[in-house]
Parts: sequence; structure tokens; C-alpha cells
Amino acid sequence: MTMPKQDAKPRDPLGAGGRRAVTPAVGVSDVSVRFRGKNRDVTALSEVSLDVAPGEFVALVGPSGCGKSTLLKLVAGLLKPSSGEVRLGGERVAGPRHDIGYVFQRAALLEWRSARRNILLQAEIRKMPAARARARADELIRMTGLSGFEDAYPHELSGGMQQRVALCRALLHEPPVLLMDEPFGALDALTREQMNMELNRIWRETGTTVLLVTHSISEAVYLADRVVVMSPRPGTITEIIEVGLDAEREYGETVGRPEFRDAAAHIRDLLGAASAHD
Amino acid sequence: MSQSALTRSPAEVAGVARRAGPSAGERLARAAEQSWRPVALLLVCFVVWWVISAAELVESYLVPSPGATLDVLTGKTSYLWQHSWVTTYETLLGFVIAVAVGVLAAVVMVYSSTVERTLYPILLFAQVVPKIAIAPLFVVWLGFGIAPKILIAVLIAFFPVVISMVTGLKAVDPEMLQLSATMGAKSWQTFLKIRFPASLPHLFSGLKVAVTLAVTGAVVGEFVGANEGLGYVILQANGNLDTPMLFAGLLVMSLIGVVLFVAVEIAERLLLPWHASRRDAPATTSY
Repeated sequence: MTMPKQDAKPRDPLGAGGRRAVTPAVGVSDVSVRFRGKNRDVTALSEVSLDVAPGEFVALVGPSGCGKSTLLKLVAGLLKPSSGEVRLGGERVAGPRHDIGYVFQRAALLEWRSARRNILLQAEIRKMPAARARARADELIRMTGLSGFEDAYPHELSGGMQQRVALCRALLHEPPVLLMDEPFGALDALTREQMNMELNRIWRETGTTVLLVTHSISEAVYLADRVVVMSPRPGTITEIIEVGLDAEREYGETVGRPEFRDAAAHIRDLLGAASAHD
Repeated sequence: MSQSALTRSPAEVAGVARRAGPSAGERLARAAEQSWRPVALLLVCFVVWWVISAAELVESYLVPSPGATLDVLTGKTSYLWQHSWVTTYETLLGFVIAVAVGVLAAVVMVYSSTVERTLYPILLFAQVVPKIAIAPLFVVWLGFGIAPKILIAVLIAFFPVVISMVTGLKAVDPEMLQLSATMGAKSWQTFLKIRFPASLPHLFSGLKVAVTLAVTGAVVGEFVGANEGLGYVILQANGNLDTPMLFAGLLVMSLIGVVLFVAVEIAERLLLPWHASRRDAPATTSY
């Protein structure tokens, strides 16, 4: 179940954002996005640069309207930047990318398909070999604790279970990059912690590069190697915080550690008391 | 929860307790529990009808007694059966054509805004023109056969099909479409696997309206010019002041509408068990 990490081709030293001398899994350079409004143009993102190394887990936090989700859509190629360049696995993004997995806040499941067949939608559309897809789906179902729920329909599943199905669907084709847009935002606190632990384990087991948008500071610090703090209108990166925790993190223990508390407190300060609803 | 052939799952899934289908007795009890009120209301109407005619409050040539109507229904069964079949046939053919054309028009309109802008005003115009007023014209054009009846049934049933299908196709979760874009889905794949099935619940609510309207369409066609069908039967009975036959015709006609409506509902349950079960079975009970 180990996903080979992306080929680390030596390349010219990267710009200021780059940390390692390898092709970043995701490279965002000087990207701005302006939406044409009725009366005025809205700048959603302004000159944002960010490099994410292969296998790295980066969390994006910031108040509503700071362009976090916009940034994910840019990486996925669902949105075109007004200026600047987005690269995915060294290639320039021009149009929807197929080498990613995407998870939304709402599970977005097809209600006429069972959990397993929702996961296999990915395989059907990509025309993956059926046997391999089934084996991979079974593996993911075990890994995410969905065993016993494979044949349940979405309306029979709890919010947490639905989100697990969405996660399995996003991982089925073993994408090098996983994009998650507030995936646990609609879950209760307890389920959320549980999902955080599972996501940490899945990330370690698959070696996938993850970009996670979240409103929760503790979620960001617990899960990520680096936390990107953003400010709104126009969306810019305020600071990038290295969390400095081990990859393997036991929840209760990690949350109590000084590194965790320091990072969380620092991020809370950056966001300001008003917008930090954690 | 309906356990249909399409629900290919074991009766029990760990953590998700699927109830076994209700037994025949339970089903009967539930049906009785749900339907006793409308049945009672029908009985009351029947009694009122019977009292009016028995007490001769109204002349019997105006309102026939239930007994006289029943005599017609049992005595002239083959006559009524033959004409009912004609009306049913016209209705079904009109309905099927309306669904085929309506669904196709909706798909084209949703995928091309140019076509939508071009077609929509014409559709609206076709809808607001009173079909009863143009029915004579169709008879002039198409003769006394079944063609004008079917055409009117199609015209009258078409609109709810188009509207519901367009609504259904447009109501697709935009995130689902973005997701299929990241999967590299061709537009026909997105249509077949996501958009079309997602639109079916909307379509079916349109179909239920359309099927009852199709009966009206067929009968209107028969009123204008026909020598068979229930519309013809009713006109004949009317001309002869044969009110028992008129009432019998009305009853049969209503029955056709009800049966077709129920048929569409059963089809919905069979084809969309996921939708029907979700709609009918609230997860919890509220006070």
C-alpha cells in the first residue's frame, strides 16, 4: 500500500518558496485571481507563491473569503489564474487535472450508488482495469474503516462515513496530490478528531502530497508539516509556519506538546481573535 | 424501505440495519391504515349520491341512481371495455411520445443555451394556446382517426415533462460536476453517470402530472371528432340523455387516469428505490 513518492528529479534550485532541490509536487508562483463582479472586480488572490514538496502535508488556514478554496481550484485546474503560473508535478496547469484527488466539504456522493460503487465511479470514468480497481477499493475501504458499510447507500450513512467514502473515491486512482476543501467542516468535534487521526495515518501510508483547507487551527497543526496562514481581501499569504512535529502523531499526546501549543497559539494570534473560531 | 431488484445488497449490512420487507399481513394492515380515510370519503359521496336519487330530489334523467349506473357497467361491459381500450391506447401512445420528445428537448436545451433561448418562447406559446381550441383544426388536418387524439395528448402532456426534466438536469450538484472534471470525464460520461440519473426524481414528478393530462388530451380529441373512445361514448350518451351511460363513462375514464398515475408511481419506486425510500421513510419520528 505504499505509494511511490514522486520521482525526485534534481533540478535548478527553486525560488524563495522552494525548500528542497526537487521538483515541487505543487508550485504556485505569483498567482492572482480577480473575479469580475457586477459593479467592481474582486481580487480573490493576490500574488500568492507557494511550493509544496512531494509527500508534504500543507494546511491552508484563514478567515472566510481569503481565497483558500480558490487556491485549491487553481491547483486542480478548475479555475484559471488571472496572472501567474500554477504547476503540478512540474507541469503547467492548463485545464482540469486528472492526476489529483479532490474532496469537498460535502461528500458529494451519488445517492443511487452504494458506498462501494460511489468509490468505483472514479475507476469507471477513468476506465481503470476492473479487477485492479476493485482490489484497490477494498483496500481503501479497509483502511478507512468502511468495512461493513460497502453496500450501504449514502442516505444510510452518517456524515463521517459519507466523508470516508468521498476520501476513498479521491484516493482510488492513487493520485500524487490530494486536495481537500474543508473535508471535515460539517462533522461533529469527536468524529472530526477521529477523521484527523485516520487522515494522518493514510497520509503516512500512502505518501501522498496533501493540500488541506480548514477553518480549524488544531486540525491544521495536528495534520500538517507546514501551515499557510492567509489574510482576506485580497487573499495573500501572511506567514508559513513549520509545525515541526513527527510525521506519526498520536492525537492526545500531540495536542499536549509544546510545539503544538506554540504553533496553534501563533496561528491564532495571526488570524486575530475575531476570525479564529476554532 | 423498498427492497427491489435494483437494491443489490444483503438484507443486513453491519451497522446499517436494513429492515426485512414487511410481510403480506403487515403490508395489508399498513395499506388499510393509510387508505381508510379516502375510501371513507368516497363512500360518503356514494351514499349522498344514493340518497339524492333514492329520495328523488333530482329527476332521474339528470342524476341516475347508483344502481342504474352499476347496471350499465355490468350490462354493457364489452361496449365500455372496447371504447376504454381505444382511449387508453391513445393516452399511452401520446404519453410515450410526449416523454420521448420532452426528455430529448430538455437535454438539448440544457446543453445549448442558444437552443434554449430559441425554443423556450415557442414551448411557452404552445403551452398557453388552449389545446381544446386547436383540437378541431387537428381533426380537419388529420381526419377522424387516432392521429389527432394522440397529437393533442402529446401537446398537453409535453410541457410538464420538459419543465421537470430541465429542472432536474440543472439541479445537479455543481461540486459533482467539478469532481467529474477532475476524473477526466467526457461530457457523455458525466451525462450518463451523473446528470441523467440525478434528474430522474424531478422527471418522475413531471411524468405523474403528464400522464393524467394525457388522458384529458385523448378525451378532448375524441370530443371533437371520433367514432370510438370514451369521449365518443360520453358525447353519444349525452345526446341521448342516457345519463347512466354518461356516469359509467366518467367513472371508467377516472379509473384509467388513476391506474396510469399509480403505474408511474410504481415505476418510480422500482427504478429509483434510493429516492422513494429516502422520501417515504423519515429517519426519526417527531412529535
